[in-house]
Amino acid sequence: MAGAQTENLQTTPLNDTHIGWGGRMVGFAGYSMPVQYKGVIAEHEQTRSSASLFDVSHMGQVIVTGPDHETTAQALESLMPGDLVGLNPGEMRYTLLLNDEGGIEDDLIVTRPCEEGTDGVLMIVFNAGRKDHDVAILREKLDPSLKIETFWDKALMALQGPKAADVLARYCDLPSKLSFMNAAATTIEGMEVYVSRSGYTGEDGFELSVAADDAVKLAELLVGNDEVEPAGLGARDSLRLEAGLCLYGHDMDDKRDPISAGLIFAIGKGRRVEGGFPGASVIQKIIKDGATQKRAGIRFEGRMPVREGAEIVDADGNKIGVVTSGTFGPTIGAPVAFGYVPAELAKLGTELTAMVRGKPVKGTVEKLPFTPANYVRL
Amino acid sequence: MSDTRYTEDHEYIKVEGNTGTVGISDYAQNQLGDVVFVDVPEVGAKFAKGDEVAVVESVKAASEIYAPVSGTVTAVNEKLADEPGLVNSSPDGDGWFFKIEIDDAGELDGLMNEDAYKAHADA
Repeated sequence: MAGAQTENLQTTPLNDTHIGWGGRMVGFAGYSMPVQYKGVIAEHEQTRSSASLFDVSHMGQVIVTGPDHETTAQALESLMPGDLVGLNPGEMRYTLLLNDEGGIEDDLIVTRPCEEGTDGVLMIVFNAGRKDHDVAILREKLDPSLKIETFWDKALMALQGPKAADVLARYCDLPSKLSFMNAAATTIEGMEVYVSRSGYTGEDGFELSVAADDAVKLAELLVGNDEVEPAGLGARDSLRLEAGLCLYGHDMDDKRDPISAGLIFAIGKGRRVEGGFPGASVIQKIIKDGATQKRAGIRFEGRMPVREGAEIVDADGNKIGVVTSGTFGPTIGAPVAFGYVPAELAKLGTELTAMVRGKPVKGTVEKLPFTPANYVRL
Repeated sequence: MSDTRYTEDHEYIKVEGNTGTVGISDYAQNQLGDVVFVDVPEVGAKFAKGDEVAVVESVKAASEIYAPVSGTVTAVNEKLADEPGLVNSSPDGDGWFFKIEIDDAGELDGLMNEDAYKAHADA
């Protein structure tokens, strides 16, 4: 139980605020981040029942600008399989940065802003641990006439939970205007805030991008509401797992293809046929022939968490798969996990066995998400 | 009369006669966060001092518990199966892990008393 290594870690604009709120700071993707304040389970339940504020400023905010939407979107489509040309103003889409083998370099969200004078602008949010790597790929592969700007010092926070809309409606009218996966600019108490109806908890909620200088004011304003408490990385992890959402570097990586990972929705329907993205021929073949391995959602018996790295075995004890994320799901009330298994064993209801410290633990493949998605579509 | 001793790994052993009750300190439960499962040993199992004897799982991670002394497990806390949170709410009370019959009381001399442990945990 050694203390977290805090040297050489970067901080977000909310660092002092986290410490003031009693956050327990740990190193994550090169940043000092709060893993919890009062407790992971309390913060998890707070998010499912009311609202929580998460600091996600460590994630990489990037803006790519070209002469018009089609040019910028087509350029990004040469690296990502999502239908980006088809994005309407104000819409955002989850997609992937792929390599030539069809492996996943990162998962990300692309937003087409709707504001006047933003034609040709696409905003991207990358994972913290991959953002420098991703931008290097963009700079290498995209035509130099496109402008690529990074906003590593900008703040990003996620207000998540069934009360998030009520809370945000006290400061702007966007909760009644934005549908899930839509975004718009607004002003909150004089601060310029870019708001999207999105998140990674399975609940309704918003992500708010704001200048570093305004971050503390905005965070304190939101947490000042009775319905909102700060929440840390621990709750973020158990919430996204119950919500069936993958974590880069665990449930997907540069060796895993989107089909095995269950992320075919990140590939535009037309693009599955037309291709034109890295690894397209590999991925098209997997779509046609079926993946040999698939990510399955598994609920285990008892209470013992089955964590990343646990082997999944057949009746004879032979290794047939591996758990890539797993924890005790506070809302489910049972251990839940994602694991890669042979495709025929990824079918709902299949009974699987994982080994934890030499002991077999029985589980069943369940439909994802484990908890119902509460996204709001207006 | 009971005498509580502590290991460097933040376990306590509350000694009464020849039996010790083992759990983790308040400092340790606070560091671990919400405990969701405790993998306790079998009654009758024998362990040498320093052997891995139990595992405590928080939402965040699994942590091994080492036998503070050599001996034989005489009881385990059955309540933890349904209420692992007792480790957080009452680490030195209802949140105990197991009882051990101590082979050699001399091994207790190598463990910290309350004052020495406080200094260790604060360090």
